[in-house]
Amino acid sequence: MYVAVKGGERAIDNAHALLADKRRGDRNVPELSLDQIDNQLALGVDRVMCEGSLYDRELAALAIKQARGDMIEAIFLLRAYRTTLPRFGASEPIDTGAMDIRRRISATFKDLPGGQVLGPTFDYTHRLLDHTLTADSDVAPAATAPADEATFRSVADLLAGSGLIEGEAEATGDVGDLTREPLSFPAGRDLRLQNLARGDEGFLLALAYSTQRGFGRNHPFAGEIRYGEVEIEFFAEDAGFAVPLGAIAITECQMVNQFTGSATQAPRFTRGYGISFGQSERKSMAMALVDRALRARELGEEAGSPAQDEEFVLSHSDNVQATGFVEHLKLPHYVDFQAELGLLRKLQAEFFERGTEIPMQDAAE
Amino acid sequence: MTVHSDNNRGSDPAVTQRQAAMAVLARASAADIARGLVHVSHDVAFTDARPAEIGLVMLRGRIGGGGAPFNVGEATVTRAAVQLASGETGFGYVFGRDPEKARLAALCDALWQNDARRQPIEDHVIAPLRQQQQERRALAQAQTAATRVDFFTLVRGEDER
Repeated sequence: MYVAVKGGERAIDNAHALLADKRRGDRNVPELSLDQIDNQLALGVDRVMCEGSLYDRELAALAIKQARGDMIEAIFLLRAYRTTLPRFGASEPIDTGAMDIRRRISATFKDLPGGQVLGPTFDYTHRLLDHTLTADSDVAPAATAPADEATFRSVADLLAGSGLIEGEAEATGDVGDLTREPLSFPAGRDLRLQNLARGDEGFLLALAYSTQRGFGRNHPFAGEIRYGEVEIEFFAEDAGFAVPLGAIAITECQMVNQFTGSATQAPRFTRGYGISFGQSERKSMAMALVDRALRARELGEEAGSPAQDEEFVLSHSDNVQATGFVEHLKLPHYVDFQAELGLLRKLQAEFFERGTEIPMQDAAE
Repeated sequence: MTVHSDNNRGSDPAVTQRQAAMAVLARASAADIARGLVHVSHDVAFTDARPAEIGLVMLRGRIGGGGAPFNVGEATVTRAAVQLASGETGFGYVFGRDPEKARLAALCDALWQNDARRQPIEDHVIAPLRQQQQERRALAQAQTAATRVDFFTLVRGEDER
């Protein structure tokens, strides 16, 4: 039995130098700038901010560059960075109704106040590779049209006005924060949403898909998806009023789901909610579906599917935690493994001593 | 952490105007603010009441868009405060990690509170930045409007209503 704790330093240093070399790649190819990543890989930056749970485009671009495009590694870098900074406090709640809209669609009403604007979307593209992008592209400026001062009234408001959808409960007590206190179960919806907002897009997408395929079906409609800029305010104690911090881009998804009702309450639509940094539409939709699935017990539904299992979903949604535990398996486990080997040899010795016939000719070590 | 939503809005018109100026500064770059400020602040004496500091603000959303607040995720914010020799204290709270920008925003906020300096700050710093930001916003809105779907006539980008 041996424990290797020394002797790897030079190998590690050289491995990191090799990593830096490979990150840079062929020196004849121009190096990526953070502005290029921010501008031209913008949706990757959005995802890293979202799951890194830190809105800072430049840092997310840096993380993507440093991580060689490995998104979970980039997310990890951002999470680690945030622990180095003090927190000034919490913002005033975002008013998504006041969003400066860049995209707003509804799958439930074709005519709604403000209309439907597609914005920059992959929807309706043919998903054919565009070989003109292999060379420098000469892209014409986007078309413009007169922008009337339409207010984009939310679909949830429209339905609520006619009593067809459940309302949202008013604030009660403190807002839970899983970065300050470990998650415990059952978790309030505030904590569930915080967990989902920073959760892995692929994991939430798969869970959302499972609800559509019958594992916790709740019959969803994309009531509304909106993407655009929102102004954020922060109550500054020293100034004595809410100061504007600037604007950020977010995506919000309102899912409208099948009914609930009771002896005293008329049947009405239920809701699932998703929100994410940047233009992260798939993430917001998946989050809204999983949020709704996690409300199964609250709404008196049978809850036996994975997406409805709060502890299962919330304990496995975080890709930094997940990658930490999965990838730790590649670190030295020599002592553990020697113990297992010792045990196995003992079991085998006992087996052969009992004198049973040897099933495997080559069972020797 | 308490919710302050209703105790600071629409109460004081002077605060509302000051917030509007701060909002313009928050969206501008340090270089853009500095460009306007040279016309106003060459003879201003001030001290750093709070040296620029980078930190985080937890961004809150509302459940369902309009319900109880919850924590969405954090953002980097830089804050600074400066005090003029004449006594006014200005605050800079801005997204990002640019100490110079937070300090310049705080200086503008301090000058904005000084009766003799407010108009020059509005004219040389705020107004040009506001115009620039409105132009950018108008372009983005016009590009968005061109993607409006019209289910009735299947014509888009023209003949609005």
